[in-house]
Amino acid sequence: MRPASEEDLSEIVRGARGPLVVRGGGTRAVGRPVAGEVLETGGLSGITLYEPGALTLVACAGTPLAELEAALAAEGQRLPFEPMDMRALMGTSGEPTVGGMVAANASGPRRVQAGACRDSLIGVRFVDGAGAIIKNGGRVMKNVTGYDLVKLMAGSWGTLGVLTECSFKLLPVPATEATLVSAPLDPEAAVQVMARALGTPYEVNGAARGADGRVVLRIEGFGEQVAYRGAALRAALGGDWEVIEGAASAEIWQGIRDVRAFAGQAGDVWRVSVRPSEAPELVARAKAELVMDWGGGLIWALVAEGRDLRAELGAFRGHATLIRGSEATRAALPVFQPEPAPVAALAQGLRARFDPRGVLNPGLMG
Amino acid sequence: MEMPAPDPAVLARRARVLSRLGAILPAEALISDEAERRAYECDALTAYRCVPMAVVLPGSTEEVAAILRICHEEGVPVVPRGAGTSLAGGALPTEDSIILGVARLRAVLEVDYADRIIRVQTGITNLAVTGEVEGDGFFYAPDPSSQLACAIAGNIAMNSGGAHCLKYGVTTNNLLGVTMVLMDGTVVELGGAHLDAAGYDLLGLVCGSEGQLGVVTEASLRILPKPEGARPVLMGFDSNEVAGACVSDIIKAGVLPVAIEFMDRPCIRACEDFAKAGYPDCEALLIVEVEGSEAEIDEQLGLIMQIARRHNPVELRESQSEGESKKIWLGRKSAFGAMGQINDYMCLDGTIPVSSLPFVLRRIGEMSREFGLDVANVFHAGDGNMHPLILFDANKPGDLERCEAFGAEILKLCVEAGGCLTGEHGVGIEKRDLMAVQFAPEDLEAQMRVKDVFDPEWLLNPAKVFPLAASAARRAA
Repeated sequence: MRPASEEDLSEIVRGARGPLVVRGGGTRAVGRPVAGEVLETGGLSGITLYEPGALTLVACAGTPLAELEAALAAEGQRLPFEPMDMRALMGTSGEPTVGGMVAANASGPRRVQAGACRDSLIGVRFVDGAGAIIKNGGRVMKNVTGYDLVKLMAGSWGTLGVLTECSFKLLPVPATEATLVSAPLDPEAAVQVMARALGTPYEVNGAARGADGRVVLRIEGFGEQVAYRGAALRAALGGDWEVIEGAASAEIWQGIRDVRAFAGQAGDVWRVSVRPSEAPELVARAKAELVMDWGGGLIWALVAEGRDLRAELGAFRGHATLIRGSEATRAALPVFQPEPAPVAALAQGLRARFDPRGVLNPGLMG
Repeated sequence: MEMPAPDPAVLARRARVLSRLGAILPAEALISDEAERRAYECDALTAYRCVPMAVVLPGSTEEVAAILRICHEEGVPVVPRGAGTSLAGGALPTEDSIILGVARLRAVLEVDYADRIIRVQTGITNLAVTGEVEGDGFFYAPDPSSQLACAIAGNIAMNSGGAHCLKYGVTTNNLLGVTMVLMDGTVVELGGAHLDAAGYDLLGLVCGSEGQLGVVTEASLRILPKPEGARPVLMGFDSNEVAGACVSDIIKAGVLPVAIEFMDRPCIRACEDFAKAGYPDCEALLIVEVEGSEAEIDEQLGLIMQIARRHNPVELRESQSEGESKKIWLGRKSAFGAMGQINDYMCLDGTIPVSSLPFVLRRIGEMSREFGLDVANVFHAGDGNMHPLILFDANKPGDLERCEAFGAEILKLCVEAGGCLTGEHGVGIEKRDLMAVQFAPEDLEAQMRVKDVFDPEWLLNPAKVFPLAASAARRAA
């Protein structure tokens, strides 16, 4: 089913007799497999409002992300949170959509400085599980009117409502960028140097350790500014750093963002969010191929198929999500980190009220 | 402003409730004496007052849990209170309610520069958080005007902003985790020192929920390295429209100032008389601030001033020293105090799309003449968050009512222009009954469902945020 309007979508959900599988571009096949009728949002497409002078944009949920990014690029602006393109890693095809990105709260390397997708999302419209059309937030970047359901919808993977429209605050694209690259470092040394870099005033907005063990640090700004900050940062950190500029720098970060190191490689991929200083100890327990982002706060791990990495990690402060795994593995292991009982009860309560009949991606999040 | 009638059955249980609370709290943590309770009869929205049944000032998360368990069992409404600086009446009690203040929860629990977080008890003031880390070159970004007095608990409840949101965001963008007690006494941990939620973003839901979902006792906050330097430039224009166009052009040019503040003539005058900030005599004033090293600042301000010159400013002055920068900001930060010296005023904080600025300001001017009340405008222009101050005389019969009616019209105008009722102060009681202007019944229903989940009996801060009629059935159940 592919509704052409929000009203049609509302009718379909209201009339649903069984589970609906909500799909944007179908590029983010994450979560426990759901059997049901596919509900595509691609019919709800288009940018409905773009005000470069107010740094805000509103788009229908089914709008291809590429279309949105092209419109922004034409005005020298961008989504601040650098959303990941999951196709290479997941082996999926299709066009990533605005709604899919929001439903996944997809956020890339710049998340460490500019916030996640949820931080730039300033308004939503959605259809809840009973078919009601609901709006929250709006198109202004400062808004505390009523509860913030915008945050609740980001990262809810279509289990509380089907997004129909999303509003974002934007940022200007800086004139240029540069990346400092280190020699290979072990995880502990890497996390330490990333923490020091992120603690400087030089506005490092990417701090990652690639699969090859090299630490990469990104700086963006005007030409002079980037040169100055790069030099100041190298002086502050000491050691040898190679400097890579412009398009080659952007290429490095696209690779980190999309976890290209694991694309096409056999095995399951886990994504672990952790307190950065606790990352080295955790990865020592993981015995996996690693990419670390967010100064160590985000760990991508490639492990043999079916391995329960979460169990191997033991108790830790943070959460692990099985991002890529066979249907059998995703059915057998909790894809999302199980939550403590009182928190799980709140989540269950919300699901029961926003989707009382359990028709929206039921079971996807566990 | 209407508040629900107190429940006589709850009032009748007062002695028992107090005795149960007294049994679990140290003597200084329970205030039952009427004269002392009176100190909690209102917050910064002083037009509305009501003495609560009792006041509790717990000293730990465990005490908060024990208090809430008792109040839950006894069916007593609880009104959480930070420092009492809400401009929206967010901490206004009812006669049958208990005020739960976090004033004794002020400890700094942990500071970690490697992970760039600070964990605090939520009674600590906003400025004290920065005070704790600034010696080491860090700061906490959200900076509401009341930051010297306001508590982190209230900042989280209202999702407070400040002057530097354009670059650093508001509370929700800087809050990493909370320890929160639900109305039934259950303690939950949401978030922590890691990023993002394992499942639903309940932390994002709690931030800005005006103390209606739980009592937040501890918070993990993101701290940031202080920029190398910052410098403001003052720009005077001979009309609001031109100043508005200049703001839009600066943003479009790809420079991201940390702050763009706007003041109109009445506000400029009052601030100048009060703070002697050296503001020019003009119709509209912008303070634009950028950060970075000296050279970076020069480069950015150069570009900004080039844009400003295209709009024929009557004054264009870059701060020449730290002392001058401080003075420029002192003028802006003392705006509310300065207006308060000459008048009673009501401060609104609707947000509008930046593009509607000239239109909205013109309409406010027209309405000011219709209502016969003066308005001074001071606001965060970069993010469209307005602060019209309506001046009135509290001693003049009918003036407050006229002022409230005028305020409501301005907020409706903000919504019509594509904005919202409140950008950073919260709904509280003040804008509660205007919610239907911005939201359809289904929108409000969806929000109230969230409260049903966290506080099924609607005992936490019950008569706030939602129009009384909309929440009546739930509060009565």
